[in-house]
Amino acid sequence: MAELTVNGKRMQFEAEADTPLLWVLREQLSLTGTKYGCGVAQCGACTVHVDGAPVRSCVMPASALTEKQKVTTIEGLAPNASHPLQKAWDALDVPQCGFCQSGMLMAAAALLKAKPKPTDADIDAAMTNICRCGTYNRVRAAIHLAAGQVQRKQIPIVIEGGQA
Amino acid sequence: MSAVLNRRDFLSVTTATAGGLMVAFHVPGLAQGGAATPELNAWVQILPDESVVIRIARSEMGQGTLTGLAQLVAEELECDWAKVKTEYPTPGQNLARNRAWGSMSTGGSRGVRESHEYVRKGGALARALLIQAAANQWSVSVVECATASGWVTHAGKKLSYGSLAAEAAKLAAPADIQLKPPKDWKLAGRPMKRLDTKPKLDGSLVYGMDLQLPGMLNAAIKDCPVFGGKLKSFDASEVEKRPGVKKVVKVGDSAVAVVADTWWRAKTALDALPIVWDEGANITQNSADTAAMLKAGLDADTAAVGSSQGDVKGALAAAARKVEAVYSYPHQNHATMEVMNATAKWTPERCEVWTPTQNGEAALAAAAEASGLPPSACEVFKLHLGGGFGRRGAVHDWVRQAVVIAKELPGTPVKLIWSREEDMTHGRYHPVTQCKLTAGLDAAGKLTALHMRISGQSIVAGIFPQNIRDGKDPAVFQGLNAGGAEGALGYAVPHLLIDHAMRNPTVPPGFWRGVNLNQNAVYLECFVDEVAHAAKRDPLELRRELLAGSPKHLAVLNAVAAKAGWGKPRAKGRYLGLAQIMGFGSYVAACAEVSVNKKGELKIHRIVAATDPGHAVNPQQIAAQVEGSFVYGLSAALFGEITVKDGRVEQQNFNTYPVMKMEHMPAVETICMPSGGFWGGVGEPTIAVAAPAVLNAIFAATGKRVRDLPLSKHSLA
Repeated sequence: MAELTVNGKRMQFEAEADTPLLWVLREQLSLTGTKYGCGVAQCGACTVHVDGAPVRSCVMPASALTEKQKVTTIEGLAPNASHPLQKAWDALDVPQCGFCQSGMLMAAAALLKAKPKPTDADIDAAMTNICRCGTYNRVRAAIHLAAGQVQRKQIPIVIEGGQA
Repeated sequence: MSAVLNRRDFLSVTTATAGGLMVAFHVPGLAQGGAATPELNAWVQILPDESVVIRIARSEMGQGTLTGLAQLVAEELECDWAKVKTEYPTPGQNLARNRAWGSMSTGGSRGVRESHEYVRKGGALARALLIQAAANQWSVSVVECATASGWVTHAGKKLSYGSLAAEAAKLAAPADIQLKPPKDWKLAGRPMKRLDTKPKLDGSLVYGMDLQLPGMLNAAIKDCPVFGGKLKSFDASEVEKRPGVKKVVKVGDSAVAVVADTWWRAKTALDALPIVWDEGANITQNSADTAAMLKAGLDADTAAVGSSQGDVKGALAAAARKVEAVYSYPHQNHATMEVMNATAKWTPERCEVWTPTQNGEAALAAAAEASGLPPSACEVFKLHLGGGFGRRGAVHDWVRQAVVIAKELPGTPVKLIWSREEDMTHGRYHPVTQCKLTAGLDAAGKLTALHMRISGQSIVAGIFPQNIRDGKDPAVFQGLNAGGAEGALGYAVPHLLIDHAMRNPTVPPGFWRGVNLNQNAVYLECFVDEVAHAAKRDPLELRRELLAGSPKHLAVLNAVAAKAGWGKPRAKGRYLGLAQIMGFGSYVAACAEVSVNKKGELKIHRIVAATDPGHAVNPQQIAAQVEGSFVYGLSAALFGEITVKDGRVEQQNFNTYPVMKMEHMPAVETICMPSGGFWGGVGEPTIAVAAPAVLNAIFAATGKRVRDLPLSKHSLA
């Protein structure tokens, strides 16, 4: 039985040593918000934080981590989706199909931690996640919004109403 | 532990719905257990707590259809938008109720444009029942009653929809009903927020791949890497004793799957499984052979005629000047972010499938066929799609596989997930085509004759061969037709011939977002640029002249040219390129602004795009679709190519099949300019103008005319 600290909780699981963190999260710990997209660290859909740094969990063997290291998944990013990025994503209706968005949000959260006021070039360099629906421009705008670099009214996307 | 809580929550959901009608995890409206109030009709159910459940037959895969269709129902219903929840009726229910929800097919940008009338009627008829119920209670005439935001009112009195719904459901619906003219819309036509955003922000939305059922097993699969090849043998004893492995299963005559307790164990066991393939005759196939076959079609004597007028041969012979060019467009993979997957549970009496699908009814048909059970003994539960783009619509190969595997383990749900490599090498690919264009100009530089000979693959021949008539696939002329909603050519050319020599390689084709409009727009719009250049005419002016009789085509073109500043001074090294096309019922145009540095590096700075979809149901979602269309269309233009060597696809994953990322993304300015009077789609048409607008801008910048895609094969230095 191995142990990981995920979203602030000690969690036990059984898996072969080569099992990627991604599949431990998804299959042993039922944290399916972290997605499989490529399995070769190309698309970023599996991005989680290990001690605050972005990690592509599809190529990180779970056995390489100790229980002292803090793993954070999208489910643990912030209570009730209250992270400034989640709020900005909501305000700009960023997701389309949404499948890549867990990874996008985790990559963006790590970026803002390292660079609270990122430039467009910082965003290009940090946000190498693949989105096939085409949310890149709204992702960029939402990062700047969450970073407080622009006001909502400065972003020319008009959206009305809200969800019940 | 949150994981345990999640699982308990899930189990409670499944218990609540076991044997019930609606199983759509995390689709709003589910947990309310709507049985308390009967529905008003197939589209609308109103609960005592004033929740309005709107049923959506088409699939949500990111394109916003779920929200747009709900807006149309809610517009006529005059309910409180904040109380709206949506749910998917199942394909089995649709079958049992004589297709009360019509088509569930979600492709061809048809979600709104083909169901707007009957979904609005659903809302309007439900409203009429609620008014009648209130009028009965007050003993007044229905014509004296009004509705707004979920209330029926009359002379200072008011009753809520929730309080009226049970009585209203007992009344007979009026035979027919008047719909609001779009000019009176209050909710439709506005840039409303999507209804499905929140569960996409915290990981709680359950995609097909995320589904967990009690006692579920997982499967990984390998199909023969050569198209048309077969499975010869495998040695299950090599992997059967690995931890968690339950069974090794032959799937059809060409695939093998490993079933295990977890997918990772299934996948790694499959990788270790010795497999012998019977690769068959197609092992000799290579992309170069396909290209040669298509090239021969460019000059073949016989071809199916799409459009013909005047005497092209004579006019070309008499032309003062001829322009000729050959273009080509490669195979491409859909590369949905969520790979193909389905969960199936089979017993001798019943087969159930949970899957992301663009067409629930087609998934049901596939499940029935694979299960050996009648459709009435099968059910499909649709889950939100992690991308569709056409891959999850017409062909449900993964559903068949999942059912065949589940049949080997009766009573046990089995979730089949393809690896990305399986997904990349067993797609239904964008058709491969070439096109030879020949134009005749008179002495004054006017275009007098145009022959477009398309040679290549037919999607319809590959998927619905029964629809091919006399060797002709009418769909290949999308955007080039003499008229019609699916794509009318805007240009007036006195002598015109557009024909198609069908040449089908062994790579299976599929409907790929944008379908045949993609390559046709590259061919047409780049070549019109070539003609303008040859005639020393401004590309915008030449297009305006040719579109003089096509005002809607012209209007979107003029809109992008004006906003992009065509003909105006701009920053040094920046160049513009134009493209326009009509397809999927809508008129679209784009103007790309690019620069190419001395090293030949392309930078796409900005794209201005205009769409006239007739009626615009949700302008901000149209903008999102236009933005996304440039990611999909420019991924194709810059990088997208599937090649075949020794009968098998060479690309395996995103490292060999690159796509657009943030760093490549231009600013996109969307002009939504609905002119009214028709209903066009928005999910696809703009993809087609992405590549030609950029290619034309590259020509303006460099003088280099790239005629075969993707751009990554060419140096711009």
